[in-house]
Amino acid sequence: MSTSFWVNGVQQTVDVDPSKPLLWVIREQLGLTGTKFGCGISQCGACTVHIDGAAIRSCVTPISAIEGKQLTTIEGLRSASGDLHPLQQAWVDHQVPQCGYCQSGQLMSASALLSNNPNPTDADIDTAMQGNICRCGMYGRIRSAIKSVDSVGIASNTDETLFYNGAEVNHV
Amino acid sequence: MSKWTRRAFITSGIVAGGGVVVGIAMRPGNQVKDLAAKLGDDGANLVHTYVKIDSDNTITAIIPHAEMGQGVHTALGQMLAEELDADWDQLKLEEAPAIGEYAMYAAGRRYLLTGIDFPNLVIPTVDGMMMRVADTLNMQITGGSMSVRTTGILAMRTAGAATRQMLQQAAAEAWNVPVEEVTTEKSHLIHAASNRREPYASFAGHVAEMTPSYTPTFKDPADYKIVGTHKPRRDIPAKVDGSVKFAMDVQLPNMLYATVVRSPVPGGSVVELDDSAARSVEGVVDVIVIPATTVSSMLGDTVSAETVAIVADSYWSASKGLKELTVQWSEVGFETVSSDGIFEQFNRDISARAERQTDHVQGEAGSVFANAAKVVDADYHVPFLAHTCMEPLNATADVRADSAEIWVGCQNPLGFRRDIANSLGMDPEKVTLHNHSMGGGFGRKARPDWALQVAHLAREVGRPVQLIWSREEDVRQDFYRPAVQSRFRAAFDAQDNLLAWENTYTNKNEPIEAPLIPYAIPAQDIGYVSSPVHIPFGAWRSVDHSQHGFFTESFIDEVANAAGKDSFEFRAELLKDSPRHLAVLNKAAEEAQWSRPLPEGSGRGISLQESFGSIVAQVVEVAVVEGEVSVERVVAVIDAGIAVAPDGIAAQLESGIIYGLTAALHGEITIEKGAVVQSNFHDYKAVRMNEAPNIETHIINSGHDIGGAGEPGTPGIAPALMNAVFNATGTRVRQLPLSRFDLNYQVEETGAVG
Repeated sequence: MSTSFWVNGVQQTVDVDPSKPLLWVIREQLGLTGTKFGCGISQCGACTVHIDGAAIRSCVTPISAIEGKQLTTIEGLRSASGDLHPLQQAWVDHQVPQCGYCQSGQLMSASALLSNNPNPTDADIDTAMQGNICRCGMYGRIRSAIKSVDSVGIASNTDETLFYNGAEVNHV
Repeated sequence: MSKWTRRAFITSGIVAGGGVVVGIAMRPGNQVKDLAAKLGDDGANLVHTYVKIDSDNTITAIIPHAEMGQGVHTALGQMLAEELDADWDQLKLEEAPAIGEYAMYAAGRRYLLTGIDFPNLVIPTVDGMMMRVADTLNMQITGGSMSVRTTGILAMRTAGAATRQMLQQAAAEAWNVPVEEVTTEKSHLIHAASNRREPYASFAGHVAEMTPSYTPTFKDPADYKIVGTHKPRRDIPAKVDGSVKFAMDVQLPNMLYATVVRSPVPGGSVVELDDSAARSVEGVVDVIVIPATTVSSMLGDTVSAETVAIVADSYWSASKGLKELTVQWSEVGFETVSSDGIFEQFNRDISARAERQTDHVQGEAGSVFANAAKVVDADYHVPFLAHTCMEPLNATADVRADSAEIWVGCQNPLGFRRDIANSLGMDPEKVTLHNHSMGGGFGRKARPDWALQVAHLAREVGRPVQLIWSREEDVRQDFYRPAVQSRFRAAFDAQDNLLAWENTYTNKNEPIEAPLIPYAIPAQDIGYVSSPVHIPFGAWRSVDHSQHGFFTESFIDEVANAAGKDSFEFRAELLKDSPRHLAVLNKAAEEAQWSRPLPEGSGRGISLQESFGSIVAQVVEVAVVEGEVSVERVVAVIDAGIAVAPDGIAAQLESGIIYGLTAALHGEITIEKGAVVQSNFHDYKAVRMNEAPNIETHIINSGHDIGGAGEPGTPGIAPALMNAVFNATGTRVRQLPLSRFDLNYQVEETGAVG
C-alpha cells in the first residue's frame, strides 16, 4: 500500500506495509539515518521527529498515520538557507553531545518546545524533555543550551567560560 | 587467560616478548615506509606512525582509540599537537585503523613496567617489545579511563615531540644552521637570525626518511598553549545535524537485516525450534541458528551462546518474525536461581568466610575487635546492572570466500578483528574492520559476541547483513555489573577513636585496589570470598569501584555518625597525612558551603573516592518531601593531575555522575527462574531531565601524574546521595537502588526527620 507525505519539504511516496513504523521507513526507505532506534516502545525518544510541527515518537507511529502530513527529521532542522537551527548552534556552543546517539531526538523535542513556547521555564523543559533519555547524562547542558536560545530564536553568543557549566581550573 | 589482570598481562608479555632482554632486533625503528604502503592512499603523507603532513601543511593526528563521546580524539590530538607545535586550527584528527601497528603498546608499557625506570638507552628496545606484546594480544582497547594517561602520555606526546625534532633537524640541514637555532610555531619552522619561516610541509618528505626518537625532549608544562585549554570537541558538529555515522547507519547494496534471540537463562541452547510461522511473515528471508562460540581475550572468556536469528528485508520484518518463533531452550541447571537466592548465597559465603582472600591487612584487627569498647557492623548490597547504551548493539558484515568486511562501533577494534577472523577461519589480515563512533560503550562494547553473530549470518546468506539487537535483547543478554554484598565491622575505643576496619565482600574483579580506603585507620582487614553465579560478568563504567565506592563511603559515614562526628570533619581528620586527598575533600566542602544550614527536610552528604588515578569528592544536597527524594545539587571536585581538556573532564564528571545516579535511584536487574526479568527502559529506568540535578564541577590541577576521567565520577555519587538521605531522614540506605525504599514508612516508624 502506498503512503504519500512531505519529508523535510519534499513530497514522497512509499509503498510499504501500512503498519510499518515510521522510524524504519525513514531509515530504510528514505535513507535518512539521523533518526535513531533506541527502544522501539516509545520510552527513550531517540526516534523523535515532527509531524506537522509536533514532536512524536516514530518507532510506534505506523506509516499509515502520516498520510498527507508534514514530516521533519533532524536532517530538515536547518533553515532553508542551510543555517543551523539556533538550538543546533547552542548545542555546539554548550558542547552538549557526548556519544551523540540521542541528540537528534533531543533536538527535535527541544525545537518543538521552543516553537510553541519561546521562553520555557525549568518546569516546561522538564515536561517537554523527559521523554528523551541521554545515557551520557548531558541534561544540564541540554537545559542550559535551550535556555540560551532567546525568545526570538537566536542562540546567545556565550563566551567560553559559560561552556564549563560551573567548572573552573584551580592551580594548587 | 581468564581475566584481564596485570599479572596475567605480565605473564603473557614475557611469553610474547621473550623477556626484557631482547636486543636490537626488536627495535621498531621507523616503520613509516612499511606502514604507509599498508595504508595505501591513506598513508601517502605519513611521516610518523601517528602523524601525517599534507602538502598544504594540514597536519593529521592519528588517534589509536575509539570515540564514544568521551572526547578522546580531541584530548589526544591536543597532546600530540602541543608537542608538535602544530597549528590547532589546521589540525585534522583521524581514528587509527584496526591493524597491528596501532595496537596499544603504551598501555602495555604503563602497566607492565609500572614503577620501573628505564634508562633512555633501552627505551627503544622496551617500546619494540611492548608493541609486539600489544599486537600479539590484539590490544586496541578503549576503556579503564586509560587513553590520556597511557597512549596520551607515552605515545601521542612522544610522536609529537619526535616529529618536531625531526622537522627541526631537517630544516637545520637544509638551511645549514645549528639545529638549536631552529624554533617552531603553529606548524612552521623558524630561523630568526636569517629571517627564515617555512611550513612543516616543506620538510615532510625528508622527515619521512628519518628515524624518530623514542626519547624526545618534552616541553615544560608552563609553556603549554594547547594542552589545558578549552578546545571545542571535533566530533560535536556532526552530532547536532544527524550526519555522524554510527555503525547502524551503514547501508550497503543488497543488504539484509537481522535480529536475534538467545536463551533467557544464559548458556541455554536450542532443543526444539518451530520457525514455520516466522518464515511465513512477509519479508522474512531465512531463520538461522548461530552456533555457540567462546572467545578468550584479556577481558576474559566471552561466551556467545547458541542464537536464533531472523534474516529479513527490513528490521521491522525481522522483528515481527522473531515474535512468531517458538523455541524450546535446553536446561542448564540454573532454572531455579533468583536474585533473593543469590543474595542468600552471598550471605552464607560471607558468614562462612571459606577460603577468604585478603586485599590488605595492617595492624592486628582481630585482637582490636576482641578488646573494642564499641563495634559497629553493617551489610551492604548492590544488584546486577545492565549497560543500556543508547545505541542498541548492531553491526554489519559482508563475508566473501576469502575475505570479510565488518562495520561496527566497538571498544576493541583489533581484538574484534582477530575474534571475527578466528570464527570465520580466516587470517586476521583478510578481515577489514571499519570502526564507527559508538552510541555509548560503558564497557559493553569491549565484548565481541554480537559482531561474531553478524559475521556468521553474512557468510550463511552470502549477502551483506545488518544485525540489530532489540532493546529487550540488549537488556537481557548483557555482561552485567555483578551483584555484590559487603560486610563491614568497625572498632572504637572508649573515647570513640576508630581503631579498626574490617570488610569482607563477594567476588573480586578489577581494579584490584577498588575496596581499599585512603583513611589512616590503624588496623585494617579487607578481603573477599568467592561466591560464583551464572550471570555473566561485565566491566561496567568504573567496574568494581561502582560498588565499593558506595560500600566504603557509606560505611565510613556510619562510622563517623557512630563516633558522633561530622561526616566531613571525620574524613578530614583521617586524611591529615594525605594532602592530595585532603585538598580535594576540602575544596568540595568549601564550594558546597558544607556548614551552611539547610531547610527542614533537606540533607547533605559527602563522599571521596580515588579511582583510575584521579581523586573525586562529591557533595550532594537532597530535599525529601513525603518520602520522595529530589537530588537538588551536586558539587564535584576532581584532581586528575593535569587537566588536558578541562571541559572534557567537566563533561565526563557530569556524565559519570548521572550514570551513577541512574544506578543509585533506579538501577536493578533482577533474576527470576535463572533469567533477567527487566527488558526495556520502562522497567529498567534511567535518570531523565526532570530528575537530573544541577552539577557543579571543579578541577584541581595538582601537577601529579595524569589520571583518568571517564569513570572516576561514577563511584562517588551513590554514597554521597545516600549519606544525604541519611542526613535528611535518619534512614541509612544500605541496598541500592533507592527506589526499593519506602522512606515514608521509615519516617513514620522512627520519627527521625531532620
